[in-house]
Amino acid sequence: MRSIRAAAAGAVTLSLALAATACGGGSATGGGSNDSPKTLTYWASNQGAGIEVDKKVLQPELDKFEKQTGIKVKLEVVPWSDLLNRILTATTSGQGPDVLNIGNTWSASLQATGALLPWDAENFGKIGGRDRFVDSALGSTGAEGKDPAAVPLYSMSYALYYNKKLFADAGISKPPATWDELVADGKKLSKDGKWALGMEGSNPSENIHHAFVFAKQHGADFFTADGKADFTGDGTVAAVKQYVDLMAKDKVIAPGNAEYAQNQSVSDFAKGKTAMLLWQSASANLESQGMSKDDYGIAPVPVRSGTPGTGKQVNSMVAGINLAVFKNTDNSDGAAKFVKFMTSDAEQKILNKAYSTIPPVKSAQTDAAFATPANTVLKDTLAKSAVALPQVADESQFETAVGTAVKSLFADAAAGRPVTTGSVKAALEKAQQQMPAA
Amino acid sequence: MTTTAQAERPAVRKSTPGAARGPRRRTGRVRRVGLPYLLLLPALLLELLVHLVPMVIGIVMSFKELTQFYIRDWGAAPWSALDNYRVSVDFDAPVGEALLHSFLVTIAFTLLSVGLCWLIGTAAAVFMQDTFRGRGLLRALFLVPYALPVYAAVITWVFMFQHDNGLVNHVLHDQLGLTDKPSFWLIGDNSFIALLTVSVWKGWPFAFLIVMAGLQNIPGELYEAAALDGAGVWQRIRRITLPSLRPVNQVLVLVLFLWTFNDFNTPFVLFGRTAPEAADLISVHIYQASFVTWNFGTGSAMSVLLLLFLLLVTGGYLALTSRGRRRAS
Repeated sequence: MRSIRAAAAGAVTLSLALAATACGGGSATGGGSNDSPKTLTYWASNQGAGIEVDKKVLQPELDKFEKQTGIKVKLEVVPWSDLLNRILTATTSGQGPDVLNIGNTWSASLQATGALLPWDAENFGKIGGRDRFVDSALGSTGAEGKDPAAVPLYSMSYALYYNKKLFADAGISKPPATWDELVADGKKLSKDGKWALGMEGSNPSENIHHAFVFAKQHGADFFTADGKADFTGDGTVAAVKQYVDLMAKDKVIAPGNAEYAQNQSVSDFAKGKTAMLLWQSASANLESQGMSKDDYGIAPVPVRSGTPGTGKQVNSMVAGINLAVFKNTDNSDGAAKFVKFMTSDAEQKILNKAYSTIPPVKSAQTDAAFATPANTVLKDTLAKSAVALPQVADESQFETAVGTAVKSLFADAAAGRPVTTGSVKAALEKAQQQMPAA
Repeated sequence: MTTTAQAERPAVRKSTPGAARGPRRRTGRVRRVGLPYLLLLPALLLELLVHLVPMVIGIVMSFKELTQFYIRDWGAAPWSALDNYRVSVDFDAPVGEALLHSFLVTIAFTLLSVGLCWLIGTAAAVFMQDTFRGRGLLRALFLVPYALPVYAAVITWVFMFQHDNGLVNHVLHDQLGLTDKPSFWLIGDNSFIALLTVSVWKGWPFAFLIVMAGLQNIPGELYEAAALDGAGVWQRIRRITLPSLRPVNQVLVLVLFLWTFNDFNTPFVLFGRTAPEAADLISVHIYQASFVTWNFGTGSAMSVLLLLFLLLVTGGYLALTSRGRRRAS
C-alpha cells in the first residue's frame, strides 16, 4: 500500500514538473493571435512623481477605454530602473504584456530582438497613419530604413529650469544662453551653501544624454556613419571634458551631485538649494514637491555660441516614451485598438497635460495647454534643435558604457582628482572596448 | 545480484516445500529495495529541474553567441565554440582584464569579510557564554542584522553613506572631526570600505549563531578541570574552546566564503547596475556582462568559470579539512 501511495505521489510530482517546464519553456515563435480578445496587459513606465500618481492618471483613461471597447486593461506601472530588464525577460520567456512603454532611445536595441510588432504601413493605417506624428519623434522609433518598432506616445526635450528668486538675488536678469554665460552666472550663484547647477552624476542615462548633446555641439558623434562605435575622437573627448568640468574646473555643480541617481537634483532645485537644472519635463515633479509655477523659469539649454538650431547648435536629445506591442500578443486587434486610443487627439491632450510632456501627435499640439511659454520652449526645441540618440542596435550598451565612464569621471572630480583630456580619453576608450564587437 | 542468483536455481526451489513463497518473497525484496528510490524520486526530479537543467542550459549558452539578436529564440544563436571563454580569460584584452580585476577585488573582499565576520562572531559568542543580566536581550539584538530583509537593511546603509546628509559623514566629519572634508562612500575608492562594512555587519550574526551552538556542545567538565589545573581565560580559549570548535568552524568558514563570494544583493542595492571600479564584485560584473551589455554568451562563460573556481576551492578545502580530521581521530 505504502509503495503504491509513493508511486502515486511520484507520478503527480512528475506530471506537475512536466507541466511547469511546458509553461516555462515559452514558445518564442509566431506572431500574435486573438485568443483572448477581452483583456490586455499594459506595462506603463513610471512617468509621474511616483507609481501611485501614474495609476491615478492612467486608470480613469483605461476605464474609458473599457467602456468604449469592452476590453479590460490590466495596468502595471514599472519603475525606470526595472523596465529594461523586465522587457528583456519578457522577450526571452515570451510571457510579457501585450502593450508596453519603452524609452524611445531603446527603440533600435529592442527592435533588434525581433520581439516587437513592426509598424508598417498597414499597422499605421489602423491608428490613423504615420503622418499624424511629429517627424523628430518618429526619428527615435527604430533603426533607419526599417519599419518603426514603436509609436511615439509622450515627447520631451531638455530645457534649462532656473530659480527666478535666486537669479534676482544674484543680480542676474536673464537665463544664460551660452555655456560661457552659464559658468559666469554660475560663479555668482554658487555661494552660501547654494550651488548653480544640479545634475545626476551616478545616473548613466542622464550622463549619456548630456554627453551626447555636448558632442553634437562640438560637431562630433559617438558613432561613425556606418554605425561603428567611435568614442575617442577629439571632439567627443572635448565634449565630455567640458561637461565634467562644470564640476571639476568651473565648480558650478556641487561635488555631492556626483553620487546622485534618484532625482535628488530635482528635489534640490525644488528646495532652492540649486539655482539651475537641466531636465526634461520637470514641471509636474517640481509642483508635487511644493514649488509653484511662478518660482521658476524655463529657457532653452545653452549652446556654445549663438542661438539653438540644427547642426552645431543642437541643445537636446529627442526624449520621450514610445508605445510598443509585443509580437506574440494574444489580442492583436485589441492591442491595435488600444494604441489607437492612446494616440488619439483627445487622449494625447489629457495624458501629455498630466505628465507635462508634449504630444508627438501634431493635431493634439494645437491645444492651448501646450502654448504656454514653458511648453513653447520644449516644443520649439523638439521641432528645431533636438536630435535623436543614435538609432543603433547597440544603443543600450552605448548608454551604459559611456554613461558609466562619465560617472567615474564625476567621481574623480568630486574627490578632487584632476580630470584631464588624457583621463577623459582613457575612460572613453575603456567604454568603447566594452562595446560588443559588431 | 541476489535476484539473479535465485533465478539460476529454479530447479532447487521447485523441489522444496516452500516454493510457493519464492516469488512473493521476491516482490517483497523488490519493494524493499525499490521503495527508498521511489521515495527519493520526487526530490530527485525537483533537484533536476531546479538545479541541473538550468545549469546545463547555462553551460550550453556559454558556447553560443547569444546577444540581443537571438535572445528571443536562443536556440537559433550561432555556436561560437570556445570564443566566449577565450574572451573571458584573455587578460590583455579589455573584457578579460576587467574580469580579472573584478575577480581580484572579490577575493580580497571575501577574505577580509569572512575573516572579520568570523572574528567578531566568535568573540561575541565567547563573550556571551557567561550568564549575566540582559544576556537574552543582547543575544536577540545581535541577530537583528541577520533577521532583517537584505534590501531594507542595505538601503538604510545607502542613506547613511550619503555624502551630503548621511549619518556616517555626520559622525566622522561633523562630530568627531576625523576627516577634513566629508568623504564619498558610494563612489570612488571608498566604496570598497562601504561594501566591506555592510557585508561584515550583515554576515557576523550568522557566525555568532553557529559558534554559539558549537560552544554549547563543549562539556563544562573540561573547563572545570582546566580551571583546577590553573589555566587562565586565554589558555582555556586556546586549548579547549578553539580546538573543540574546529569542526563547526570548518563548515562555517566554507559557508561564509561561498555566500560572500557570490553575494549579489549587497553590492547591487548599494551601487546599482554599475558598481564603482574599487567595489566591482564578480557577481555584479557578470550580471553587467549579461544584462547590461546584453552579451549572455560571455556572461554564461564567466559564470561557468566562476563555478569551476568555486568547485575547485570547495573541493580542495574539503579534502584538506577531512584529511586533518582523519589524522586527528
